[in-house]
Parts: sequence; structure tokens; C-alpha cells
Amino acid sequence: MSDLQSQDYIRRSASTMTPPSARNAEQQVAKLIDVSRCIGCKACQSACMEWNDLRQEIGHFEGSYQNPNDLSPDVWTLMKFAEYENEQGNLEWLIRKDGCMHCEDPGCLKACPAPGAIVQYANGIVDFISDKCIGCGYCVKGCPFDVPRISKKDHKSYKCTLCSDRVSVGLEPACVKACPTGAIMFGTKTDMTAWAGERIVDLKSRGFENAGLYDPQAVGGTHVMYVLHHADKPELYSGLPAHPRISAAVEAWKGIAKPLAMVGIALAAVVGFFHYIVKGPNEVTEEDEAQGERVLEEETENTP
Amino acid sequence: MTNTWQDIKNANVVIVMGGNAAEAHPCGFKWVIEAKIENGAKLVVVDPRFTRTASVADYYAPIRPGTDIAFLNGVIHYLLEKDAIQHEYVRSYTNASLIVKDGFDFQDGLFTGYNEETRTYDKSTWDYELDKDGFAKSDDSWQDPRCVINLLKHHVSRYTPEMVSRICGTPQDKFEHVCALIASTSAPDKAMTSLFALGWTQHSVGAQNIRNMAMIQLLLGNIGVAGGGMNALRGHSNIQGLTDVGLLSNQMPGYMNLPTDKETDFDIYMSTRQFKPLRPGQISYYQNTRKLFVSLMKALYGDAATQESNWAFDWLPKLDIPLYDIIKAFEMMNAGQMTGYICQGFNPLQAFPDRGKIRRGLSKLKFLVTMDPLDTETSRFWQDFGPQNPANSADIQTEVFQLPTTCFAEENGSLVNSARWLQWHWKAADGPGIAMSDIWIMSGIFHRIRELYRKEGGAFPDPILNLTWKYTDPISPDPEELAKEMNGRALADLTDPATNTVVTKAGTLLDGFAQLRDDGTTSSGCWIFSGSFTEKGNQMARRDATDPREQGIAPNWAWAWPANRRILYNRASADPAGKPWNPAKPVISWNGTKWVGIDVPDYTPTLAPSAGASPFIMNDEGLGRLFARKLMAEGPFPEHYEPMESPVENVLHPKVKNNPAARVFADDRAAFGSPDKFPYVATTYRLTEHFHFWTKHALINAILQPEEFVEVGEALAKEKGIEQGGWVKVSSKRGEVICKAYVTKRIKPLTVDGKPTHVIGVPLHWGFTGQARKGYGANTLTPSVGDANTQTPEFKAFLVNIEKTSAPVTA
Repeated sequence: MSDLQSQDYIRRSASTMTPPSARNAEQQVAKLIDVSRCIGCKACQSACMEWNDLRQEIGHFEGSYQNPNDLSPDVWTLMKFAEYENEQGNLEWLIRKDGCMHCEDPGCLKACPAPGAIVQYANGIVDFISDKCIGCGYCVKGCPFDVPRISKKDHKSYKCTLCSDRVSVGLEPACVKACPTGAIMFGTKTDMTAWAGERIVDLKSRGFENAGLYDPQAVGGTHVMYVLHHADKPELYSGLPAHPRISAAVEAWKGIAKPLAMVGIALAAVVGFFHYIVKGPNEVTEEDEAQGERVLEEETENTP
Repeated sequence: MTNTWQDIKNANVVIVMGGNAAEAHPCGFKWVIEAKIENGAKLVVVDPRFTRTASVADYYAPIRPGTDIAFLNGVIHYLLEKDAIQHEYVRSYTNASLIVKDGFDFQDGLFTGYNEETRTYDKSTWDYELDKDGFAKSDDSWQDPRCVINLLKHHVSRYTPEMVSRICGTPQDKFEHVCALIASTSAPDKAMTSLFALGWTQHSVGAQNIRNMAMIQLLLGNIGVAGGGMNALRGHSNIQGLTDVGLLSNQMPGYMNLPTDKETDFDIYMSTRQFKPLRPGQISYYQNTRKLFVSLMKALYGDAATQESNWAFDWLPKLDIPLYDIIKAFEMMNAGQMTGYICQGFNPLQAFPDRGKIRRGLSKLKFLVTMDPLDTETSRFWQDFGPQNPANSADIQTEVFQLPTTCFAEENGSLVNSARWLQWHWKAADGPGIAMSDIWIMSGIFHRIRELYRKEGGAFPDPILNLTWKYTDPISPDPEELAKEMNGRALADLTDPATNTVVTKAGTLLDGFAQLRDDGTTSSGCWIFSGSFTEKGNQMARRDATDPREQGIAPNWAWAWPANRRILYNRASADPAGKPWNPAKPVISWNGTKWVGIDVPDYTPTLAPSAGASPFIMNDEGLGRLFARKLMAEGPFPEHYEPMESPVENVLHPKVKNNPAARVFADDRAAFGSPDKFPYVATTYRLTEHFHFWTKHALINAILQPEEFVEVGEALAKEKGIEQGGWVKVSSKRGEVICKAYVTKRIKPLTVDGKPTHVIGVPLHWGFTGQARKGYGANTLTPSVGDANTQTPEFKAFLVNIEKTSAPVTA
């Protein structure tokens, strides 16, 4: 996906090897989404589709301005609209741009069994390296925000890259550039946190007592942060989790099970090798061929 | 806009009413956000629906569609009751003190002089008392009961908060909260900006909606100042340019009117247009009308426009009715009186009311020419597209010529934005296929028509044969050459009469309209554009964003009409002595010898405050008008009239329910529905994801908002068994739309005159050509009736019914 090199990596999925991290002095970046100045215009969605050349098929109206209906391999960011009646009985229309949060402690990367398929750069961006992805879907399970989606076309996992290709050459992400109201900002995490502080003061002065920054520490903080009017109730914003956690299974997998499993996989490979040496290659039967084609056809039909 | 987009950031209060700026103008809306963040501004939204603009507002109040005048007159009542007006401004800069003629009155919904038969007014009493010198009488002490402020006070006395709530359905506390926010800007150093669009224009009382807020802005002293003004957000790229160059049936370039058939010669035409000042010491810009008109005629007719030929006045068409608007055109088509139609950049089958009537009208034509970059519905009206366009092609004899044109990115030219900026743009790509520019096509039509007149004579060939056409490339004149023609040039050496020396050489491009003359020695195709393309070059192509005082003026970015002035009426930004009302955000001020500041003064640059001339120099009395004199069709004060289709009686005057001066054709009146069959109020609008009927042709926009739907409140949905995302049939007396329902909390039933009133929202983007899913189009439902002054259709308030149904059957 990106123009960055392995020397930019600070973390790499499924490998004990420490990345060279030649550029780890780089400043951490963050995208700040100020929902209080977002007008839900979808310029960010449009820019994301254009820059990344993604075109979901034309869908249907499904009872909301949320279109397409969900994130997908072709939809990396999505405006979500929630109608909320507050304690005073007044309506609030809470509009949130959803997509990868670029966690400091990425559950996807932890869960990923394919070496180098998910990496984290020194600037904090979490990126999927498609040619190393095996489409197992563990990243989907590992993500506390339900973001990655597996393509039925190439069985690889996709999500927002935070425009790592643009960022690596000193440009802001496409959504940031397109946002007409400055609701999406991009810069160092320090600057974005400071700016969020000013916004929170303004929101509090306008009666939003619980305004605050969403930068959940349970995942080590995120490189996509929100300014929320109701930081005490992030779930109001189309289910933004109040306490995002990497699932216990993934943590366990990363901690103990994964090294064991790796040994298992290696063992299987060794056994397979001996099988090949001793018995020769497996012959593909006609039945296998037919079965394979059926599977392919079904998948093509199901492909949007 | 009186002000600029950037200037919105200077406001203390931003009111969005009669528009939905965040959704229809998301890019310009950044300045509202800027006002909130950098200037601590409060954003107030008054709208029937909780829109995306409301989602970032500090305060939202609902209103029943078509009742804005009741609301706004209620605001005036509040301001006068609480004495929350900018007194010195109102006294010095408005016609509050002027005395109105004795006969003028208002009784039971009608002003003096109504003729029920013609549905028009004899407006002779709608004017000031004049003294023996011909000046308007006034009473600066406001004691005289006939002075404007007292008549206004009396007029709005009926609009109490209770009455406003009863008519508009706005809860009384919410109405009063909005009033208080508005009133906070009556302080001389505080400003409110009014952002509006088609939510005000598209009503049978559209022009009065806007006047009503303009009156509030005058009372608050918010016209001419930074962060103030009446800011019409134009809904269509270059609709501002369209009106500027007079592309309306009753207009000529630069907002000059076509003569009527009663104006049989040039002198009669001029007699009512060269304003004489109505107050001593006043200046009136329209004293120069003759110069503007003669220069236009020189641009149109060149050497053939002479003093002897009355500057070709006789060759102009003369109107026998106020205007030949589009509703009238389709009425004539249906009656077989108009048999050919050229649709240039226009898609009436989607864009004009009562789609069935539009389709029937087009079906009766002999020929239809469409010029458009896109495959419009109008071009395909004759083709069967299933339930969304059921046509029996064999029955339609209309010959359709579909001429593909280039779009803005495929040609050089200028676009005029809402802030009156003429911005030059450069061609980025060649047009696809056989697309040709509009200029090439129109030139071709002109040459062929002229040839026909040359060969065959015809009833009256002079207006065509005498037109001047001296372009370097007569087949496709260069946009720069056309721009220079609009700007104008000296046709002979121009001399200064005082010194008799030549000041401008023959052939020179003019610097501005001040150089125009009425002796045939200057030409200008659009006087307000004069100064846009001078000997210094194309001023519209300027791209210097330098902004003195960071106040959103940026005088060297592009060029604004008139005279590169960015804030209209900016003389009113300073007090009578010439000191800025708001010292923190001055626009111009008097320095002892002349007017100086960050903008071009809207005033004589060296006229001292002591001369006593008032700031509104386009009016004969120089004052902002709380009383409109004879300019409006339905009265000099705005009055609440119900929309043509309304669920309730007019509680103010049951005998005069609707706008008494609205023109209604008999067949259109017969197609109005009644509340017993169509009990719900509907309103139409745009969504951010689309631009009218264009972007459904673009894949990304079609993905972002793919399919036609209507918005229904939860209460009504429950009552009618309508499910979220389920199919519904929405019908008016004119037609029906079958589409999905969006059941939402954002539309709540309003209590109107004690009864619950439901509002249904109908977005308008879908048709039967393009990439998005096929839709019926909102104009299937809307009534064919317009504003009494402009004939802008009443798209914003009409009656429908709604029922749960199943998906339309498609072949």
C-alpha cells in the first residue's frame, strides 16, 4: 500500500524480528476529527474513493443518509449518522466519520499470523501490506472497532491506510484535504491534542459540559482521535466503544498461544515437506477441479 | 449577497432560515464554522426539518413550511416592543420617518387599491407625501401616526408570540429565544448575517420573505457592515451571472428592464427610470440610467444605434404582460401557443413544477432543442422509461434536437459567485465527442436566422439584421472578446467637458461605468461588469489573496461587481459623521477629505458627511426601505398569506387566505389539492451528496446517495404503518411518487392552530437518466404557481398524502 520502507516500521505482524526502525525519531502523527464542526457532507468519503480509486457498487436507500451501508474492501471511511434526543428533549444529529483508528497498540497487528502483513510505522500509522496478507480474517477479530474487511475478490484484508502514501511524501490524508469545514485536521499527535483542548474549551462554553477528546488508552491511544460533545457517552456516536479492548483471545494468542501455534505451523510444513519427498506431489483429481470451479463461481456471484 | 462569503466570519449571529447552507453550500459554510470558532458567533437555524446545518447550530427552531412572514413579522414586533433596534441607524438610514400618503391602508388582508378581477393593485397610495418642492415629507420625532415606523408598528402588532406560534407551529419559547438572539445584534458594534436561498424564494410570497428579513436587518443596523447583510446563497453555478446579464424574459443586462408595450418611445421609457432625488441634498445613482441604456444599445446595435434612431429603442421587444416566465411558457405550450422551445442548460422536466404538465407541454411542441453537457430527462421525455417516465413515443410528434455542449471545465470564461465575484476560469480539457461550446451553437443559430431574414424578409427583420457582430471569429467568438464587450470601450475620443482635453482615447477599454456617456460615444454590454476587463488586463483573472485587516475583502482576488465593491451599501458601516459603528471591524470611514478603508466606498468618494446624503444611493430617497413603496406586487409591508395549498385557514384574515396578487392559471388552480384528500404539508430540497440533477450522472455521487426517498416523522410513520426504509406512495393532486421512506426524529409534528400538522420532506435529485437508481422526481408533486413578483415556483410548501405500498412494478 505504501511508499514507506521497512526501515520505517516499528512493529511488524507475526515476527519476533525487531524492525530496523531507522527513522523512529519521527514524530507521531494524528488525524483529529472534530465532530462538532462536521456537517456530514461526505467530502471525505468522496476524496477517499478518488485517491484510493475505490468504487463500491451503487447501493440502495436503507433508512439513513449512511451510504454505502457499511465499511467494505471498497469503503475505507464512512459517515455514520445518529439521531439522539438529549435530556432536554432536544434533538442532536451526531455525525461521525468512521474508519480505522490507527491504534497505538493495534489489535489487528497482534492477531495477524502472516509475517509482515500488518505493520506500524514510526509515525504511528498502522498499514496493511496486501501481498503478505493471507486473508485469514484474524485482524477482523483483533480489531476493537470492527474496521477491517476481507475482499471476496482477492481474499485480502483492507482498511484506511491514513493515506500513508501521501503522508510519506509530506501531504495530508485525502479526507483532510477535502474537508470543507476543517472538521478533519492532521498533524503531530501533540499538536492535535493541544488543538483539541481549545475546541473542548469552546464546546464547554456552549453548554457541552462533557465535551472531550476520544483517545482511548486501553489501546494505547489512537492516531485517529475525535473531539466529541459527549465524550462521556461515545456510544451515542453510532456505537463508538467507550472502552475499546483487544479481545482476550487475541491477547492470549499474542502472549502464549501464538509462539506455540507457530511451532505447530512449522511442524506441519516440515511434515508436508517429508510427505512430498516421500510420496511425490499430490495429484489434482477431476473432482477436485470441478469442486474448485464451483467455489469460484459461488464467490463471483456473491461478489458485489 | 450584499457581503462576501469570507465576511461571514465577522458575524456575531449567523441565522440560516430559508436555506440549508451546510448541505447546499458545504464549501462556503466553512465561514460559518470560522465565525463560530474565531468570533464566538452563535448559529441559529429555523427550518421545518432538523438539517445538517441544524446539526452544528447553537439553536434550532422548527417552523411550518410557508409561514416565514408570520415568524419574521413576529420578530419585528418583538424588536419594536423591546425597543431592540439600532436607533441612530434607523433614524438616519431608513425611511422610518417618512410620511405615507393619506389614502394608504390595510384592512382584512388587503392593502388599498385591490382589484379582485385582475388580482392586481392600484398602487397610487403606496407612496410618500411630497412637499411643494417634490421632496418626501418626514417627521424625525416619529410622532406622526402616518410615518413609516408607526404604520409598521401597527402592521406587525397582530404578530404576537402567541399568534406566531399558532400560525408557524414554532413553540413560543423557541420563537422568543430566537428573537432574543437576533435582538442581541441591535448594538452598533454587533452584526448578524442572514444566509438564505431557495427556502425563501420558492414560495408564492418568496420576494416578501426576503424583504421581511431585510427590514429586520435595517432595524438592527446590520446592512452595509462587516458580518452583516442579506446574503442570498445562489444555488446554481453561474445563476448569479445569468441574472446579471439579464437572461430573464423581462430583463436586460445589468438589471435594466425590458420596456413594456405602454412605453412606446425612448423618452417615455426613460421618464420613470431616471430617479430624481426625493430628499434635499440626496444623490441618486439612477440619474445615470440613460448613460447605461445608451451604452448597452451601442453594444447591441453598434453604428445602427443613433440619436436619430432613438438608440434602437424601437427594435427592443415590448412586454404586453409583466413577464414570460417558465410557468407561463409551459402554459402557452399546453395551449398550443408556443410550438418551439430551445432549452439551453436547462432541464425543465426535472426542474419545473407539475411534471405531468411539463411532459404534456413538451409533447405538443413541433420542435425541442436541448443544449446540455448531460443526457437530460428533458431530452428523453418522449422515451418510455417505465413508471418513472411512462411515454408512448408513437403519440409524440415533437422533433427533438439534442445538442451536446462542453461544460465549464472545457472552455474559458467567467463564473459569477454568490458574492458577485467574476472569477475567470481556464479550459482544462477538450469536450468529449461532438460536444461544442454554447457560444458556437448560439452563433450558428444566429447566423442561420439572420440569413433567413435576409433572404425572406419576414414581419420585422430590423432587430435581427441590425445586430452588430464584429468578432474576430464570428463563428465562435472568443470568451475574452465577449468579456471585453461586456466591460465596454470608448467609441470616440472622450473629452473632459471642463478642460476640453481628451481623457480616454477611442477604442480604449473603459475603467468603469463612471465613464459611460449617453451620446453614443461609449458602449458597454453589461454596465455592472464595467471595470472587469480593462486596459490593465483581465481583472477577473486576478488571484492575489492579500486581505487587508483579514476581514474577508481580498480586493485583488478576481473582481466583484459593481466597481470591485465587496460590501454593498458600505457607507452604512459608518455613522452619519463617518465613524465606523464597529471600530473593531471598520469597512470605510471619512478621513476629513475623503472616504477611505478596505473596500471601494458605495458612495461618492469625496462627498462629506456634512452634505447629508444618505447611504442607499440606488433609491431616490437614499434610505433603506421599511416601506417598499410601489415595488412589490402584494404590498409595501410583508403580510402572512398561506401557501396556495395549505392545511389551515389564514387565521389573520380568513377571506384572504393566499397571496391575492399571485397569478394562477385556471388549469393550475384546478390542480390544487385540498387538505381533506391531501392532509400533509410537503417541502422539497437538495442533499449535500448531489447537485440538482447533474451529479446523479457521476458514479461517486450516485454511490453516496443512490436512491430516491422521502423523509417522514416517526409519529406519522407510526400512524400510517410506514417502516424504516419501506416503500411508500406520496401523492398530490398532480401525480404520485413511489419511493423509500426515511423515518426520522428530525421532523416532528407541529401544533398549528391547535391541530397537529405533519411535514413530509421530498429531496429532488433523482430522475430516469444517469447512474443513480431511477426516480420519479419531486416535481411530479409540486404545484404550478409562482411568487407574485418573480414567478419563482412554490416548491417549498404544498399538500400531499402518503400511504404504505410496495415497490413499483418495472418491466
